Amino acid sequence: MAEVPSGYTVLHERPKAFYDTFERKGELQQQTHYCPGCGHGLAHKMIARAIDELGIQDRVIAVSPVGCSVFAYYYFDTGNVQSAHGRAPAVATAVKRSRPEAIVFSYQGDGDLAAIGTAEILHAANRGENITVFFVNNAIYGMTGGQMAPTTMLGQRTTTSPLGRDPFNEGYPLHVCELLATLEAPVYLERVALGNAKQVMAASRAIKKALTNQVKGLGFSLVEILSPCPTIWKLNPAKAQERVREEMVKVFPPGVYRDHTTERAARPAPPPAPGLDELPRLLDLEGHEFDRTGLERPAGLDLRIKVAGFGGQGVLMLGEVLAEAGLLLDLEVSWLPSYGPEMRSGTSNCHVRIADQTIASPLVAQSNVLLAMNEPSLRKFIGDVETGGWVLYNSRSLPEGVTAPAGVEVLCIPFTELADTLGEPKAGNIVMLGALLEAAGQLPAAAIDRALEMHVKSARWLELDRRALELGRETARKELANAYV
Amino acid sequence: MAKQLIKGNEAIVKSAVLAGCRAYYGYPITPASEIAEAAALYLPRAGGVFVQAESEVSAVNMLYGAASAGVRAMSASSGPGMSLMQEGISYLAGAELPCVIADITRGGPGLGNIAPEQGDYNQVVKGGGHGCYRTLVLAPASCQEMADLTALAFDLADAYRNPVVVMADGFIGQMMEPVEFAAKAKAPGSQPWAVEGNRETRPNLASSIHLEPDRLEQHIRHLEQKYLRAEREAVRCEHYQTGDAEIVLVGYGIVARILKAVVDEVRKEGIKAGLLRPITLYPFPSVQLRALARQAHVFLTVEMSTGQMVEDVRLALEGRKPVEFYGRCGGNAPSAAELVQVVREVARRSSPVLIPDAITKTEVCHG
Ligand SMILES: Cc1ncc(C[n+]2csc(CCOP(=O)(O)OP(=O)(O)O)c2C)c(N)n1
Ligand code: SF4
Repeated sequence: MAEVPSGYTVLHERPKAFYDTFERKGELQQQTHYCPGCGHGLAHKMIARAIDELGIQDRVIAVSPVGCSVFAYYYFDTGNVQSAHGRAPAVATAVKRSRPEAIVFSYQGDGDLAAIGTAEILHAANRGENITVFFVNNAIYGMTGGQMAPTTMLGQRTTTSPLGRDPFNEGYPLHVCELLATLEAPVYLERVALGNAKQVMAASRAIKKALTNQVKGLGFSLVEILSPCPTIWKLNPAKAQERVREEMVKVFPPGVYRDHTTERAARPAPPPAPGLDELPRLLDLEGHEFDRTGLERPAGLDLRIKVAGFGGQGVLMLGEVLAEAGLLLDLEVSWLPSYGPEMRSGTSNCHVRIADQTIASPLVAQSNVLLAMNEPSLRKFIGDVETGGWVLYNSRSLPEGVTAPAGVEVLCIPFTELADTLGEPKAGNIVMLGALLEAAGQLPAAAIDRALEMHVKSARWLELDRRALELGRETARKELANAYV
Repeated sequence: MAKQLIKGNEAIVKSAVLAGCRAYYGYPITPASEIAEAAALYLPRAGGVFVQAESEVSAVNMLYGAASAGVRAMSASSGPGMSLMQEGISYLAGAELPCVIADITRGGPGLGNIAPEQGDYNQVVKGGGHGCYRTLVLAPASCQEMADLTALAFDLADAYRNPVVVMADGFIGQMMEPVEFAAKAKAPGSQPWAVEGNRETRPNLASSIHLEPDRLEQHIRHLEQKYLRAEREAVRCEHYQTGDAEIVLVGYGIVARILKAVVDEVRKEGIKAGLLRPITLYPFPSVQLRALARQAHVFLTVEMSTGQMVEDVRLALEGRKPVEFYGRCGGNAPSAAELVQVVREVARRSSPVLIPDAITKTEVCHG
């Protein structure tokens, strides 16, 4: 700041939160880029003063919009983030959440905030973000040369409402404070005007209060500033101010639309971050160890399993337990589910591969094990089972007209019915798993048991599943013995 | 640490946190939603931020805010959401802000369906946003790579100060495989350019505006230099059986997995096939492909689309060798058996003579 010559007293000092000079077009300038009499210049000055008075300059991060105030960062000697049209509240949300100690404000015009950015302002307000929003309502698009804004008044002529805003064509002016006042989260909403000195004083107080709220951690504050745009309105600065004072305030009544500053407690501070060495535990990376001593890693194994049935039959879970057991045995495994509408319409299936060699494709087109929990799945997939493979089907026999390809072993057991005898038909998938182990037998029981433990969180279900597994084994043993008699 | 059986989508989140990511902003979409769900669980546990945004438009702008503040941040989406994010990605690249976005691709155009497809290549790799920028794109083909490439994505994003997309099809996102995670968690770093809300960083500005043409050109040239550097230094690809390959198959993501099985299968019949799997889709392994053109007779690109990456393969080879294409789409993956047929056919047709204009489409999308 230039030194004050002796004999002079400074009455209106440039706020410290402003840069000394404004760099623009490669030249240093004293003037802002705003037109004479523009409300933006005044609003900037009031914000800078408030920052000075609160002593928060180092902590402030200003988020500027797209509009005439796009270059707000020329002026505010604070941290600055320039955002896309309408998105300042989203940007400010994340800046604040990332740096809770910072004082973050967004500064936005009416096109920016109330048209293209309506979703962002509404949701930032509704989340009660602890940010401050300065909303400059000049009822027009300034930067792009005078098109209609959502806040353009009825009858007001703009370049895109040349006959004047007509409610039947363009709707009515949008009232942002009133709209946001329907939300519970905002702590402070006030509309002010820049129509005369008295209004300006009130605006100044509101701006400072909105920043103070954030310093106190109270939550979302917004100040709407009715502001002259002499250039686009084609009025001289005095007439433009008069329009704010006489016309705008009638459409957009100034006042406090929400003030919960006295009853609202400060938001709780986020809990301290855990140490880095705690992350593996917090990310559930631990507890996957398994003692393999005494267990043989089945050699030459290449299981290509398809599990299919209705949703709710535990098809995906059965596949997961198989894959998990394979992993516990240090085998290569993959599990690939069907997902989406198919799942919702009732059928579901998954592809499981368990091999002692690297698995190229996790997709199982030709399977060597088909676990079919229902008839449609059986019909759909039985043709793809290879010679030497197994089909396990959830019934006493194959349905009429269905035959397995040559050289494929078939085991038909009513798994769901058997599970029902245990009191829980949903355990049919695990009865089937037991039967598979008995039939195709390559995965040691200890690995399956541990896999079940890892996937079944409730003790009741774990106990039930263990019994289901045993029942499946036993039944299959008998069936297979009969088959070979 | 023992390997963990885990979904590709979840692996992304755990790896991101271990890589120092402390912010997630996203909007749910199948088949990427498990990423948001895992982030909602794990980021707060790690002392980070999770916000479910009101749209992908907001999500990407939240990334912009978090990145401005110097925090490692990520989001995830799929086709329709990626389309909405494109404006924001352009702003991020313009303002030189690093972040990671996972795109778990599904079928398009429009609402399409939620089954796996690779039709996002053009919008993600070529950049659907405005202006002279590029997005670095990594294409995992396994759950392990979902973890590893996510960690790499954060490092590349910082190194190039640019958004990085991890693009995987719905199969890779939804499937489970064993994953070994990084043994040590990285501490969140700090960036000298970040706007943190303190005295040291008060002069900093995150912005993509350069009003004067000369200044903007200078800025674009600077970005261009970064991309050229990435093209020299950041390319990654996997060669499988390419040593003596006369037919080079090119595919990424799940397709590359299927193609590996195809290579093994046709080699049993004496067809000398190999696979080049791009891991970085931008920068594209053009040099590596060109090197293979010396010995290969023909290239066959396979995609789960009507042919998007194939254009980059052709650009890389500049007509040196014929490039054929086979695609499935709409959520259908080609089976290995189907592709074995295609390879046999291509092998039969192609002669060892260089035929620069024999660039044909074998078959287009009969899904
Ligand atoms: C996505 C997008 N659409 C349109 C524009 C063009 N544009 C720039 S500023 C603006 C309107 C600004 O009006 P307002 O927010 O009222 O601010 P003012 O200039 O009046 O202060 C528009 C439409 C843009 N930059 N980006
Ligand atoms: S056009 Fe209007 S809003 Fe923009 S600087 Fe000029 S007076 Fe201000």
